Amino acid sequence: MYLYPITFYIFSLVAVISALMVISARNPVHSVLFLILSFVNASGLFVLLGAEFLAMILVVVYVGAVAVLFLFVVMMLDINFVKLREGFLQYLPFGALLGIVLIIELGILFLSISFSENSLTKFVQSPQINEIENTKLIGQVLYTDFFYLFQISGLILLVAMVGSITLTLRDRGQVKRQNISSQNFVDAKNAIEKKKVKLGEGI
Amino acid sequence: MNSFSYLNDLIIPGSIIIAQIFAVLMPVLISVAFLVYAERKVLALIQLRRGPNVVGPFGILQSFADALKLLTKENIIPTNSNKIVFLLAPIITMVLSLAGWAVIPFAPNWVIADINVGIMYLFAVSSLGVYGIIMAGWASNSQYPFLGALRSAAQMVSYEVSIGFVIITVLLCVGSLNLSKIVEAQQTVWFAIPLLPMFVVFFISALAETNRLPFDLPEDESTLVAGFSTEYSSASFVLFFLGEYASMILMSSMTVILFMGGWLPPFDIFPLNAIPGVIWFVIKIMFILFLFIWVRGTFPRYRYDQLMRLGWKIFLPLSLLWVVLTAGFLIAFDMVPNSL
Repeated sequence: MYLYPITFYIFSLVAVISALMVISARNPVHSVLFLILSFVNASGLFVLLGAEFLAMILVVVYVGAVAVLFLFVVMMLDINFVKLREGFLQYLPFGALLGIVLIIELGILFLSISFSENSLTKFVQSPQINEIENTKLIGQVLYTDFFYLFQISGLILLVAMVGSITLTLRDRGQVKRQNISSQNFVDAKNAIEKKKVKLGEGI
Repeated sequence: MNSFSYLNDLIIPGSIIIAQIFAVLMPVLISVAFLVYAERKVLALIQLRRGPNVVGPFGILQSFADALKLLTKENIIPTNSNKIVFLLAPIITMVLSLAGWAVIPFAPNWVIADINVGIMYLFAVSSLGVYGIIMAGWASNSQYPFLGALRSAAQMVSYEVSIGFVIITVLLCVGSLNLSKIVEAQQTVWFAIPLLPMFVVFFISALAETNRLPFDLPEDESTLVAGFSTEYSSASFVLFFLGEYASMILMSSMTVILFMGGWLPPFDIFPLNAIPGVIWFVIKIMFILFLFIWVRGTFPRYRYDQLMRLGWKIFLPLSLLWVVLTAGFLIAFDMVPNSL
């Protein structure tokens, strides 16, 4: 079967190139679009790995919701491209340092530790992958062994949500609002008022 | 590597896949043409007009004539637009509205890709649909398309949330994300009956998701000229148009699979179950599409704040409540599907 490697190379090549374009594109909207492209290709790679649930969640959550709002914000901003370029050399050493640290860490991880002995799988008995579909697999692990971590991550999201609402919600006072229920109950009787106007006087 | 192994491993499976894709997409594209005709005819009947009646018998070839006319026109690209994104936007809309068909089961085993997460795939594809519109609005570099794109982005993200909860309600009753299994789970009763409120919520959200009236704020002609498609002409407009109607058919087939028993006949008795499943499937899709058109001919357009209120303050709490109620009901009466 040659289709599998061909699709793998297409997905990974496009993912890597678009990831490079994210940081090198001049226009920020193009950057976000390339980011979306690399997300989609990453989810394609997940599908090839047999992690189809993860792939779909990646598309639904990151591409379908997060990146839309991201694009929304970037499109609305009035960005001065020349000013954006100015800080490039200033931040370059710091960025390079971060990159090097990450590469060294990954190298240490891959060279010294073999995954079969020292990874999480030793502590958690996970079911065999090919026996059940991986949606059930994730459910079985997520709501049993990782239940508390799952609850804590939910709490973190809740705190973030409450925080962002309290930061942005303020009483503007002067804004006119409509009372929907009173609007719905409007009919001919209370919408129109008949008045007899006397000649030469007005209301 | 001899040529024989290439033939067996690459060319034959590859060409089988391509043939399957053609076998699904050609009927879809042709049915788009007839859907446009049906829409014009039904709207005309609602408004006591004749509708298209010149090209072909009963005007049945009108959509083909329109497509031919549009395709032979000049493709105008605005000078200040972002050209690549401008041309990419209609292509993305079209591709996404066709990509969803890969997992739709037309009858038992009549499906290109019978994947385990079929419904998630459909949800993902329909949530990507917003990109075509938002890119079109931005790349046109013009006020009306941009406003249309912003409206559409907010609208589609809002209604996706309630669609997600409706899907979860159905999944709780099925115990699988596979579309064929969702249909098979409705052997005894269609989900439209026990989950009637969710069926209504899903149908209305589908209207909003496909930017159909009464939620067509992104292309609201009385305030935004033609919304995101204002600057488009010729073939790129055709792609938008085709994409919009193909995603309408896709959403109605999703409704049919989730709530109306897909290829299953309404009752499992003799004259009904002798009819092939694919015919039932098509009849049900046509019924939902007729509802789409009927709604368009009947209701006035929503105001934007009312649209947002409906999505966030009514549908979201209602569907969330139904998820909890359904889960509680299934647990309380020990009816949780076995496969779960």
